[in-house]
Order: sequence, then structure tokens, then C-alpha cells
Amino acid sequence: MSIKKSLMNAGAVLSALPFAALAQNQVNMSPGVTKVGAEIYDLHMLIMIICIVIGIGVFGVMLYSIVYHRKSKGFEPSQFHESTKVEIAWTVVPFLILIGMAVPATSTLLEVYDNDDAELDILVTGHQWKWRYEYLNADGENVSFFSNLATPQEEIYNSEAKGEHYLLEVDEPLVIPVDTKVRFLITANDVIHSWWVPEIAVKRDAIPGFINEAWSKVEQEGIYRGQCTELCGSYHGFMPIVVHAVSQDEFQGWMSAKRADKEAQVAASSVDLSLEALMTEGESVYNTSCLACHGAQGEGGVGKAIAGSSIAMGDLGVHLDVGIKGVAGTAMQAFGAQLSDVEMAAVITYQRNAFGNNTGDVVQPSDVAQHKQG
Amino acid sequence: MGDHHHGPAKGLSRWLFTTNHKDIGTMYLWFSFAMFILGGTFAMIIRAELFQPGMQLVEPGFFNQMTTLHGLVMVFGAIMPSFVGLANWLIPMMIGAPDMALPRMNNWSFWILPPGFLMLASTLFMEGGAPAFGWTFYAPLSTTYAAPSVTFFIFAIHVLGISSIMGSINIIATIMNMRAPGMTYMKMPLFVWTWFITAFLLVAVMPVLAGAVTMMLMDIHFGTSFFSAAGGGDPVLFQHIFWFFGHPEVYIIILPAFGVVSQVIPAFSRKPLFGYASMVYATAAIAILSFVVWAHHMYTVGMPVAGELFFMYATMLIAVPTGVKVFNWVSTMWRGALSFETPMLFSIGFLVLFTIGGFTGLMLSIAPADFQYHDTYFVVAHFHYVMVAGAVFSMTSAVYFWLPKWTGRMYNETMGKVHFWISFVGFNVTFFPQHFVGLAGMPRRVPDYALQFADFNMMSSIGAFVYGASQIMFLYNVIATIVSGEKVSDEQVWDGAEGLEWTLPTPAPYHTFEVPPKIDATPAHG
Amino acid sequence: MLRLSRNPSADTAMKLAAVACAMFAFVFVVMVPLYDVLCDALGINGKTSGVAYTAVPAAVDTSREVKIQFIATNNDGMPWGFRPQVTELTVHPGAATDTIFFAENPTQLPMIAQAIPSVTPSRAAGYFHKTECFCFDQQPLEGLASTEMPLQFVVDQDLPKDIRTITLSYTLFDVTTMAGGTIAAR
Repeated sequence: MSIKKSLMNAGAVLSALPFAALAQNQVNMSPGVTKVGAEIYDLHMLIMIICIVIGIGVFGVMLYSIVYHRKSKGFEPSQFHESTKVEIAWTVVPFLILIGMAVPATSTLLEVYDNDDAELDILVTGHQWKWRYEYLNADGENVSFFSNLATPQEEIYNSEAKGEHYLLEVDEPLVIPVDTKVRFLITANDVIHSWWVPEIAVKRDAIPGFINEAWSKVEQEGIYRGQCTELCGSYHGFMPIVVHAVSQDEFQGWMSAKRADKEAQVAASSVDLSLEALMTEGESVYNTSCLACHGAQGEGGVGKAIAGSSIAMGDLGVHLDVGIKGVAGTAMQAFGAQLSDVEMAAVITYQRNAFGNNTGDVVQPSDVAQHKQG
Repeated sequence: MGDHHHGPAKGLSRWLFTTNHKDIGTMYLWFSFAMFILGGTFAMIIRAELFQPGMQLVEPGFFNQMTTLHGLVMVFGAIMPSFVGLANWLIPMMIGAPDMALPRMNNWSFWILPPGFLMLASTLFMEGGAPAFGWTFYAPLSTTYAAPSVTFFIFAIHVLGISSIMGSINIIATIMNMRAPGMTYMKMPLFVWTWFITAFLLVAVMPVLAGAVTMMLMDIHFGTSFFSAAGGGDPVLFQHIFWFFGHPEVYIIILPAFGVVSQVIPAFSRKPLFGYASMVYATAAIAILSFVVWAHHMYTVGMPVAGELFFMYATMLIAVPTGVKVFNWVSTMWRGALSFETPMLFSIGFLVLFTIGGFTGLMLSIAPADFQYHDTYFVVAHFHYVMVAGAVFSMTSAVYFWLPKWTGRMYNETMGKVHFWISFVGFNVTFFPQHFVGLAGMPRRVPDYALQFADFNMMSSIGAFVYGASQIMFLYNVIATIVSGEKVSDEQVWDGAEGLEWTLPTPAPYHTFEVPPKIDATPAHG
Repeated sequence: MLRLSRNPSADTAMKLAAVACAMFAFVFVVMVPLYDVLCDALGINGKTSGVAYTAVPAAVDTSREVKIQFIATNNDGMPWGFRPQVTELTVHPGAATDTIFFAENPTQLPMIAQAIPSVTPSRAAGYFHKTECFCFDQQPLEGLASTEMPLQFVVDQDLPKDIRTITLSYTLFDVTTMAGGTIAAR
């Protein structure tokens, strides 16, 4: 074991040497913060080192030939060919090496597939282009929320300096307790996505209509970042994943706060808000949910323009319909289930009054609730 | 059949109606080079956008169109037709046949290609843009959620598929029926052997691709639900069908490249290929194994663990015949009398870089590790090592190797060597750092990335521009050779080259082997 | 050997063309049905059988307990309310168990939905038998109406011992425009 370890260290040093100048750049897989992740890392290093050793052998022989067996040096070519012994050797030896690789690979794979007996189940749903998390509680009182990219468009379009976690930051991270076997049930709402967080060693495709599972037991508190890894449309590169691994106590506190929030939200939807409050809230909802497709000035893009739009300036019922139910066959999704009534009211109000659409309309949460009822 | 006793017809009609294997080969080669430039342009746009973090040049949707078209054009437009062109030129000359077996079909299989690609390229100007779902076009992104241009994409794939199938049928028919007396199967040059096996793969799997796109077409326009869960279908079924085609497809691309290298390395080592028979068997073994490993592209879709284990073991097995090939090439060089003209340089470049690509392939075959590699830049680096350094380097090697025989003129050796070194360095600067960003967690097919990937991406982009620019030098060298290259004085061209094509006059006349050659009792390869 | 033409090359070409056509047909008549068979047999993707299970269950195995979890999700653009009555149940293999899912159409128009089941771990799919399920048929619902949809299932006694949790997920698709009876739920 120690020989293997020191070999690996040597390999890591070797592979990092030429890039000492780029020391701040990660050049290798991360062992992560889980037992399975560390095993995968060891497996990766083991196979890489075997490959490097074989490579040195093959390239060494080749280089020797290139240097010494030159016509320009007057080397007389030998005419040997075909040797059954040699050919059997270079068929059998690689085969044995492969068996040596298959053994640890199989045991790690079986571990990856051991999803049972989880202490916490989280439903992860991929949407174009955000993730939804739902904590499945035995009492049926599930907690759920959407997790959107939090990097502002100004940073993406280079008008502002990029922050430290550029493109790897979300408005609401997934929170999980450490030292707990968490099972992720993964599915998708529209196209295929893939949920990947390298450091917790989970990558599983999210397939519409089907459910997949994966698990992780994080051993260290911290913030772990990942991304969608299956091409899912225009903004595939803009749906990151952030996982906060916290202590069990902190997790319980967070969960209770979430449940209280949920009740507060229900209460809030019966209260009327001022135009100003709606506009402020509406702008922030617009920036996370609408801006990517409809543009910072409502000028359109993937989606139609909102500035001067016949929908945003026309019949309120139609506007609410589009927002709540989406438009079938287009990238315009049904936001009814993604936004709370307050958020929906705010963003509709914002769209009807911003970008020069000065309709003066004020939409209240109760209007949204009523519209949903039909 | 064309008129055997005169030279080529004059003007445009020579090319439109030609049934001459050399003319058709030439057209395939030029067409594929044009596609190589087109696909390369898309790659340059991709690398320019990825030069720095942030969106600078193109919108994310257009970026996806670029990655999709880059893949489709390079695979179906550049690499595959280029090897078909090479097969057209060389197979009849190598087996002592006057032409391909079915010359009229040969003309058709070329001439339906340009309209097919015109149709594919025209989608760029359609409403909703070109296909933006990756060259693997996974449903439902490529069905329910695709731009209307997907229908044109489907027809373009059909046309390319039909062209490939016709080309392969022709190659098989030629090899089976047109060999000169005495040219037994086990005397055929390895290039012919690898193409023979490749052509069977093509006939077997291109119809599968056609089936997959036909199902897409039916799902989109005729209300079926092959790939839609809503109607009882399954999007994962698409991936199984696609990769049942797709994995043999990657061997379709690489096997003829193996063939080229197996001709070039012995020639410049002045020594016979180490194990001819074992090379033939290894090629066949790779081809057969390619049908039972497809799902290693899909380790993360949630297959049952038994399936994962089966596909992992089967995939690892491919390392054995591939290793046999690499060991064979190296042993061929061992104690030869090596010289390093441009074709040899590209073949050695192929050997080194393809071996690296093979190693990363072995790493990717390990299912649990693949959970960390899958769909990252590590995979991008891997398949560019086998596709570009594999197929494209070997194709370049082939052009330098046979160009003097085709044209009777010698290319500029110095410029050829410079081309090699710039390509080799440019290629590695482009793709080696992609291993690092992939391992560090950068997903593929993203138009923008986190800051920790910035340095390596910039390096990658610079390398790509260098590699791209070096191809202009290649084009110049080839044209200069044809127009004003020095006449080849020695008909044999390369002193170590073996095979029937080198017994012909230089340049090879319009019609060759109208009388079958006499084949030596001893096999040409020793 | 069968000869299709006197010209040996044309003969080869015709045979190969036949192979190509056969491979095209192979995709439709072999790969697709075979995939379904394999899915049923091995539970690839957690697909469960689309027809009611009718075999007479053997004795209930009271020595084991299996946790069954229920998940309800809506696909893109599906505005219905859709949820299970209970999110989890503990059952003994062999015992028939009933539960209910609620669905509500909040729009004013009549709509038709299709629920697609999926089971994880996929290995369990072949041991999870539905004797009655709303997913066997399309579910039409008038505007503003709601309904209770029944599910009855049995977990096979032969369920591998290491499986202690089975998750059954339903995704609800809006098939109003696709409907017309042409879509058979598998």
C-alpha cells in the first residue's frame, strides 16, 4: 500500500512539474471529500501511472530506434519479423495488467451503486437552465426550491469584473448535512441534463420521465461546486450546482427556517404590496428568471422582446397565462410552479412598467392566485 | 465503364461524369480538404470564444451550433470522405485492378455528397439557426426542443449515409472481385485490409444511424414516440441506437489510418512490417469488439450495475488488440534504417499521439473513474488525440507519401517538415492542457467557464490558432507541388516503399493495370 | 452460393445492399422491441411493465420490510397539481398494497394526462408489480376538476435481499394534443 501511495505521489509530482509556473491551476482530479471520491481518485492515479510506465517503455524503445537506428548513420536494417513468442507475450501481459485494473474498478463500482439505507433523500430535477431541489420528508411536508445562476449578466458580458466564483455561484445552494448518507434522486423536466459535483463524486444523468439515483456521504464541511454536464440547450454552461455541506445541527436549523419560510410565503400572498415594492422584487426575479432569454433591457434574445411587447402591454390575462403556463413548443417555460405568487405578481408588474412599457398596471399576489384558479 | 484507351475528357464534364477511380479519388480528397477548412473555421470560432472567460464574440446558442457543425463536418465531411478518396486512388493500384468494381456508382457516391453538405450548411441561415444539439444529437433536445432546421439535418445525414454505404459497397466489391491473379487476401497491403474491414463496418452501422434519424423524423413530424417518455418511448433508447452506430464509427475513422501508418512506417524503416498476420487479426478483433462496447459512452445514464460491468470489461479488452498494433509498429522501427521524411514524421507523430489517446481511452473505460471524466474536457482531449492526431495526422502522412506518385512531382520537403513540427507543437499545445481542465472539472460544450480554467483555455486557443494556420501551409505546399513541383526522377519515389502502386510509372497514368500485373509468389510484405 | 447477377461485382453489391437494408430494418424490428424486452426483464432505466400483473401472489413474507417511496413530478408545461397521498409506505413482500395519487386540473379547459412510471433502483423494477395503476391509461380531466387515482402493487417475494428501499416516480405529461387514443401506454 505504501509503495502504491509513494508511486502515486511521485506520479503526481512528475505530472505537475512542467507546470510549476501555473501552480494556481488545478491539473488533476480532486480526491474530494467522500470515501468513494477518494477511491475513484486512487483508481484514476493507479491506471494513469500504469499507463505512464507502459508509455515510457514504448516511447523509450521508439526513441532509441529513432536515435540509433538511422539510415543517415549508416545503420543496416535487420529484416527480422514475426515471432510467435513475442506476439504471445505482448497479448498475454497486457491482458493480465487489465485484470489487475478490473479488480479495484469493480469493487469501487459496486460501492458507487450501493444506494440503499440513505438517511436523507433529495429529489434533483433538471430544468432548462436551473436545478430544482426537493427534500423528501417522511411526513409529506417536502421543502423545495429552485437554484439559479447568481452571476450577473454584467460579469458574463464583461462590463464588470468577474467575481471569484464566476459562473459557479447560485442564488440558493443545496444544503446537506455532513457524515450523512444522502441519496439524490435525479430526473429532468424537459431535456436530458446531468448533475455533477466533482468533490462529492456524484455524476448522474437527469432524464425526463425517468428517475436515477446516486449517493454521497460528505465527510468535511464546506462549499462544493459543480455544473451541468450534459448539453441541454443554449444556456447549458450557465446552470451551476453549489452544495453547502454543514454540520447536522446547522442542517436542522436550516430546515426549520425553510419550513417557516414556506408558511410565511403562503401568508404573504394574501397581502397587497405597493408598486415600488413590487418593482424592486420584480427586478430581481426578472434578473434571475427572465433576463437570460429576454435581455437586460427587455430587448429579446432567445425569447421575444418584452420592451414594447403586445403581451406585456396588452391584456393582463394573456400575460399572466404566458408567465404561469409558458408557451408550448418554445423555450418559454411554465413559471407557475417555479415562482411564488408574490414573485410572479412582482415580475409581471415589473415587465408591464419597465423598459418603457409604462402601462401603470399593478398586479397583486392575490390576482395571481385568482388567475391560477381560472 | 469509361473509355479505356484515351485520357480524361476535357473541362467540367470530365469531373461531373467521370468514372475514373483516380478522378473520383481526387475529388473526394479536395472536397474533404474543403470540409476540413470549413470545420476548422468553426473550431477557430469556438476557440476564439473560449480564449477568455466571459461571452465576447458569439451568443451561447450560436456557440452550440458551432460545436455541433464542427463535429458533424469534421467526422462526416472531412475525415470519412478523405479516406474514401484515398481508397479510391490506392485500392485499385494496390491490388492490381484497372478501376473500382462499380465505377458509375462511384461517381454517384461522390456527387451526392456536396448537395448533402450544402443542405447541412444551409441550416445556418434558417430561422432558429443550425442544429445546436451536439454531433451526438441526443433526444429530446434534438426532437421536441430542436429548431425547425433539424429536418434538413436529418435529410443531410441520410444523404451522407447513402454516400458512405455506396462507397463501402464499391470498396468491398473491388477487393473481393478485382484482385490481380495471385493477389490472395493474405498478400494484400494492410491499407487494403483495414479498408476492407472498415467497409464492412460501414455497411453494418450507417443504416443504424439512418434508422435513428428516421425515428427522430417520425417523432417530430408523424406523432410517434420512440424517444419521448410521454408516449411510452425512452430518450435513452436513442443513445443506445446512436452509440451502436457511434462506436463502430470511431473505428471506421481510425482503421484506415492504421492502414496508412502500416504502409508508411515499413517504407521509411526499410524493413518489413513486424507481424503482418497479427495486424490483420488485431484489426478484425477491434472491429468485432466495437459492436459490444457502445454503452461505455453512457456510463452515467443509470444502467444496471451488471450492464456497467459488462461494458467496462469489454471496453478494456480493446486495449489488447490496440496494444498489439502499437507494439507491431514500434518493433517494425526497431533496428530498421530509419529516415525522417515528412510522411514518416507524421506517422511517428501519429504513433506517439495515438498511443497517448489510447491510454486516456483505457482510463475512460474504467466505469467508476468515468463518472468523474464523463462529458468533461478530458473526453474532448481524448478523442482529439485519436481523431486529429490519429486520423488527420495519418491522412496528412498519406498525402505526402503518395502525392509524388499521383502527380509525378515532389513536394517541398523543408516546408513539409516545418508543417509537421508546427502541427505537432500546435496540436499538443491545444489539446494537452484540455486533459488538465477536464480533470479539474470543466464540462464540455460550454461557451464560458469559471476563472480557474482561464490559463489553460487561453493556451489551448493559441495552440489551435497555430495548428489551424499550419494547414494553410499544407494547402500551399500541395498546390505548389501540383503546379510547379520538381519532377520526380526516381519512379520508385521512396527507396523503401513496397507494393504494386510503386511499380507503376510516375506520375501514375490515367489508366493503370488494364492488363493485370503478375504477382510474385512471395508476399510483398515479406 | 446464391448468385444475384452474372457480374460478380454487381452480385457482391446487391448482397451488400441487402445487408444494409436489413440493418436498417434491424433497428426498427429488432433493436426497439429488444430494448423493451430487456427493459422489462432487467429493469433498464427502471421501466416497469405497462400491463396489470395478474399472477396469484404467494404467501406474504412478513420477515422482511421494504420501504416504498412515492414521487410525483410534472413534465415541462404540465400545469396540473399532482401528488401522492403518502410519500412513503413500509410493506412486506407479497402483500398487495393500495395507495392514491391526487391530480387537479387548474385550467378551465379539459386536458388529458399520461403518467409515466419509473422505479429506482432499476434492479427492483422487475420485482415491483402493479396490479392496478392509473398509469395504464390516459387520464382525462375536465377544467377545474380534480380526481383521486388508485394504485395497487405487490412487491415480489424474490426481491433481492439487499434492496430495502424502492422509489416509484411518476412523471405527468400533458398529452392533450397527442391524444386521440393513438398513444398506447407501455
